[in-house]
Amino acid sequence: MKIVVCIKQVPDTKGGVKFNPDGTLDRGAMLAIMNPDDKAGLEAALRMKDEYGAEVTVLTMGLPKAEDVLREALAMGADKGILVTDRVLGGADTWATSTTLAGALRKLDYDLIITGRQAIDGDTAQVGPQISEHLNIPVISYAEDIKIEGDSVIVKRQYDDRYHILKAKMPCLVTALSELNTPRYMTPGGIFDACKAEITTWGRKDLVDVDDSNLGLSGSPTKIAKASDKVRKGAGVQVSPETTKEAVDYIIDKLTEKHVI
Amino acid sequence: MNKMNLEEYKGVFIFAQQVDNKLSGIALELLGKAKELAAALSTDVTAVLLGHQIKELTEELARYGADKVIVVDDPELKEYRTEPYTHALASVIQEYKPEILLVGATAIGRDLGPRVSARVATGLTADCTKLEIGDFPLTPSAARETKHNQLLMTRPAFGGNTIATIACPDNRPQMATVRPGVMQKIAPIDDAKAEIIEYNPGLKVDHNYVEILEIVKAASQTADIQDAKILVSGGRGVGNPENFAILDAFAKAIGGTVSCSRAVVDSGWKPKELQVGQTGKTVRPNVYFAIGISGAIQHVAGMEESEIIIAINKDETAPIFDVADYGIVGDALKILPELTEAVNRAKANQ
Repeated sequence: MKIVVCIKQVPDTKGGVKFNPDGTLDRGAMLAIMNPDDKAGLEAALRMKDEYGAEVTVLTMGLPKAEDVLREALAMGADKGILVTDRVLGGADTWATSTTLAGALRKLDYDLIITGRQAIDGDTAQVGPQISEHLNIPVISYAEDIKIEGDSVIVKRQYDDRYHILKAKMPCLVTALSELNTPRYMTPGGIFDACKAEITTWGRKDLVDVDDSNLGLSGSPTKIAKASDKVRKGAGVQVSPETTKEAVDYIIDKLTEKHVI
Repeated sequence: MNKMNLEEYKGVFIFAQQVDNKLSGIALELLGKAKELAAALSTDVTAVLLGHQIKELTEELARYGADKVIVVDDPELKEYRTEPYTHALASVIQEYKPEILLVGATAIGRDLGPRVSARVATGLTADCTKLEIGDFPLTPSAARETKHNQLLMTRPAFGGNTIATIACPDNRPQMATVRPGVMQKIAPIDDAKAEIIEYNPGLKVDHNYVEILEIVKAASQTADIQDAKILVSGGRGVGNPENFAILDAFAKAIGGTVSCSRAVVDSGWKPKELQVGQTGKTVRPNVYFAIGISGAIQHVAGMEESEIIIAINKDETAPIFDVADYGIVGDALKILPELTEAVNRAKANQ
């Protein structure tokens, strides 16, 4: 079985968010990590490799430094890493990104494609389902559990108030929730090998069956009209009462003042 | 992208999500916003209702602002599945050509929206918190011809740290998903009637259809935290699941509902439906009590629109104090029981 996992390098917004003195986001000070949902997807693929002997390829699109997350994936146990990088692909929205990744996937053999549900920088959850549409294969989003049964995948698919157990014939695409599993650590031997492993680099000319008018900034139907670091409502009053009674009186005071009680 | 004839596209459409033949709250919220947008564009509002034996829901859609309802009724649409819903909604778009299509950013809409947008080859902006009609670019520019009457879609990104306004000037429909709890539904108009249009998109089972083997509904015993006027929300600082009894008692006294942070759900102390934040629900109650919640940016993104935020936390440097109107440094497990009694006393004296 051949599995391709799409992963993305993202700035770490969880716990590592840094602000400039003027309250704006300090992107330079933030670590670049493998997107958490993608990492859960990779772990799911590696468990299938352990169980059924799958070949796991990791695919990413990004700047040349995105190679770091491919090496991390190799150190965790992935077999092959492919970086799609090209100046003309920059500034892509989800349409152009999914078009690009579909163009790369057409060059690969796959039974199963796994993406994370969403990346923590964009939070759109669009690229996985859009890739599946471009490739004309079934999609199951929000996977909490993935199993293989013959030529099908059986997926526990989360909804707001229920879950469905769904069966799709391969080839198909599944988007993974980080609740799926706890990703393994890189092994020392794996890190050593991953440093020396060769990463395949593809550019625009390697993409199969895509039109230039659907790539990069100019091929993106959505355009940014304005972007700014969010101006948050300023902090209010902070008090450090000496006693519990003082704290209680303070809160009761405020609740009364605001007509809550 | 192929050039589209934008002039052909008219009207504001919403995807009227229903589950078990009950309309989801988001459908009515989207109608409220669609009415505003349609007024700004001097056009009308159409709800697209997909399902099986769902025609009685059209009356409710009319009461909440739909001028027209397009109904696709087919047994294949009984339960949500990506392909038949995508086929039906994409066919409606191709047939009726809306200029705007709004979809709920629910576990259904965030699967359906991207697949539909890719099928009809247009842009999709996710999880919008503000939608308005205006010019793109916002201010005249020599580099680009100004287009009027564009949908300007504002959304948070970077875990709520940044905010962007996005347009889709050259493709139609302009598609957006909107999180539940962000837009306001209108007060229902009892005698409102909508034009009902039945449409058959010709659903055929193909390789993209998945099979539903089992449906497991989580028995929900709790009130929807998005409807609560007062939320008493607990975080990791509550210490253990048993201590939530202290929050329950306080919530009961003040007339509120208990919710929680992601850490609490991850620890298995509370179910996911009570989770506030980026990967949980967006809430905007009148009063939000943050009890032992440190205030990670992902949590704050889901509650910062609350009218009054009161935070109690032992750690005086906790980021929750940056958004709290009233921050109390102290031990919530000691303060809350006494506060509960004080609230009960105050209410008894009224």
